[in-house]
Amino acid sequence: VIGRLLVAAVVAFMTLPTVVVVVASFNPTAILSFPPEGLSLRWYENALTYPQFRRAAINSLIVTATSALVALPVGTAAALAVVRHPWPGRLRAAGRGAPGAGRGAPGAGRGALEAVLMSPLVIPGVAAGLGLLIVAAPLGLLANPIVLIAAHVVLVLPFVIRSVAVSVANLDPMLERAAASLGARPWRVFLRVTLPLLRPGLFAALLFAVIVSANEFVVSLFVSTRVTEILPVAMFTYVVNYTDPTMAALSTLFIAATFVTVFLADRFLGLSRVFQIGDHR
Amino acid sequence: MAVLAVALGALLQFSLVAFIPGSLRTGGFTTANLRGVLAPQYLRAIGDTIVLAALTTVLTLVAAYPVAYALARTRSARLRSLLLVLTLAPFFTGAIVRTYAWMLVLGSSFIRWPVKLLFEPAGVLIGLVHFSMPAMILILAAAIGHIDPVYERAAASLGARPGRVFRRVTLPLSMPGIASGSLVVFAWTFSAFPTPELLGGGRVKMIANVVKDLALDAFNWPGAAAFAAVALAVTFALLVVVGRWLPREAA
Repeated sequence: VIGRLLVAAVVAFMTLPTVVVVVASFNPTAILSFPPEGLSLRWYENALTYPQFRRAAINSLIVTATSALVALPVGTAAALAVVRHPWPGRLRAAGRGAPGAGRGAPGAGRGALEAVLMSPLVIPGVAAGLGLLIVAAPLGLLANPIVLIAAHVVLVLPFVIRSVAVSVANLDPMLERAAASLGARPWRVFLRVTLPLLRPGLFAALLFAVIVSANEFVVSLFVSTRVTEILPVAMFTYVVNYTDPTMAALSTLFIAATFVTVFLADRFLGLSRVFQIGDHR
Repeated sequence: MAVLAVALGALLQFSLVAFIPGSLRTGGFTTANLRGVLAPQYLRAIGDTIVLAALTTVLTLVAAYPVAYALARTRSARLRSLLLVLTLAPFFTGAIVRTYAWMLVLGSSFIRWPVKLLFEPAGVLIGLVHFSMPAMILILAAAIGHIDPVYERAAASLGARPGRVFRRVTLPLSMPGIASGSLVVFAWTFSAFPTPELLGGGRVKMIANVVKDLALDAFNWPGAAAFAAVALAVTFALLVVVGRWLPREAA
């Protein structure tokens, strides 16, 4: 019983800020009062008409869509290489932990390849951002969205690879061999057998890529200008300069979108499978 | 990946060249920037960073464990899904939205906080714990999930009370997860940026905030690069520890 209370308390702690933001966004006055004195959509109107938010939202769409479209094929290729290629000993990598993967090499250390591919997850954002800034400035690419997009591709790749690798590890190579033995050429096998079977992983990967890119902030702050900045950067600037609940309205929209996506992901994919939690022994 | 490698290479190179005030061009080789990291005005930021990261790690660990345990052990698929969505959603809501939310909570007038939290280290700490929680829960849940419940049942059938089973069986067996979760959270928190930037309100500075001040406000890129290099080195050292000395199940 104590355990349950603890869990409930932690979950409450995790959700408290979300609740407050949602309440604040519908509050008619700029100063938060509780219980709210009424309902108002004025902050939503503010958020949706603020020019800098509009511009940033369009930038976000472009950057997120482009980086997801680039990262998906690249990440899929990487995942196939990592799981399928007969890496000697310790190079064997990202599919490990997934059922059926890496069984041949128990206890092998983390692969060097995996370490490289997963490194964007752990490299401090300020280090990556500042490094990109230093590289881009002398090349005259500072205000160029290409740098921003390249950064996003690199940052979402670990999530794409991880999701696809789980699917690849679950895919029985016999199915591909069967297709090949019936006369299908390698390309046809890939398009008609491999890709369709990887669909859940690819879908999850796309989802992660979009969510991660849409929320990326630190690196983007360093490599964007007021013209190229994406939504999180614009939101940051707004919070630093103004205190009215316009941000709460925008945050609520963000949170709603995220909840729907995570919920759908869990529905169709089973998050516990993607994250390998629970009884799958 | 090459993009990142080039960027980090440039970063390390810049940390070793001289800063010419008022110019983005740089001078010759020097170790002044790296020595500058230890200047008195920055030592406080480094000290605060270490203390905040350590406290965050401990608090996150304690709070995340029960949730991770419930997640790994519950038989109800629905409860597992609910817990996952509730703990994971903040993971994906983005640093800015989450931090802004805490600014509202901590700065609101309708909750009477006994002490001032916003723009104080305590407020930053709360934000950091909230931020680190999903990662810690996921790592712990994976580790606990790898423990065969048979061990716990065996201990219980031999007469151990629940508390004792937990202390003598579950806890020791989940040690790899605890260690790797703690190191990951410490490494993340060590280079945290948005949380201290917004919740600290310029009064609480961690290493990443110094990097941003130096790079984007003072245009002292070499100086900023030196700080970023320090953060990078600490992160790498910790993760090498995670990779090298911990069994792979933990990750």
